[in-house]
Amino acid sequence: MTKIEIIQNVYEKLGFSKKESADIVETVFDLIKEKLAQGEKVKISGFGNFIVKEKRSRRGRNPQTGEEISITARRVLTFKSSQVLRKALN
Amino acid sequence: MTKSDLIKSLQERFKTYTYQDMYQAVNIIFDSMVEALRKGERIEVRGFGNFTIRERKPRLGRNPKSGAQVELSERRVPFFKTGKELKLMVDNKK
Repeated sequence: MTKIEIIQNVYEKLGFSKKESADIVETVFDLIKEKLAQGEKVKISGFGNFIVKEKRSRRGRNPQTGEEISITARRVLTFKSSQVLRKALN
Repeated sequence: MTKSDLIKSLQERFKTYTYQDMYQAVNIIFDSMVEALRKGERIEVRGFGNFTIRERKPRLGRNPKSGAQVELSERRVPFFKTGKELKLMVDNKK
């Protein structure tokens, strides 16, 4: 499934035009992205939580050359699926 | 931000639509994503990320409270890989 099919779903089920449906879907993902960029967590009940985590700098290795490198501190995004979603899959 | 905050923000951007419309739109979006994953499909949202299904083998686990051994059957778990654009946004490198 791609964004096109998500848009198609909104279009078929809500009765908005294709253009409107596309705008809504784009905006939903943009709003989520904006919040995450601010470091905020986004909780979608029935789906899951998107959480920004701070990672400290650490020593790592280039897996190809074995050379030791330092990995800088960074923020990463994690997704914790909801119980509801996990149940739906099994 | 919760789902209802998301619906409110969405409605502020699309003032001509009702809250009810935006409520339904957001639910249709996530329900259709759950449905796709349930069918074993992967979801690709460019600039955001991909959701895929990973198979977990059956294994013996333990109840962390009682220490009793429990059999965990084979199961499918959702996995999210952050897209490039969002990855950079979160790390404030863009």
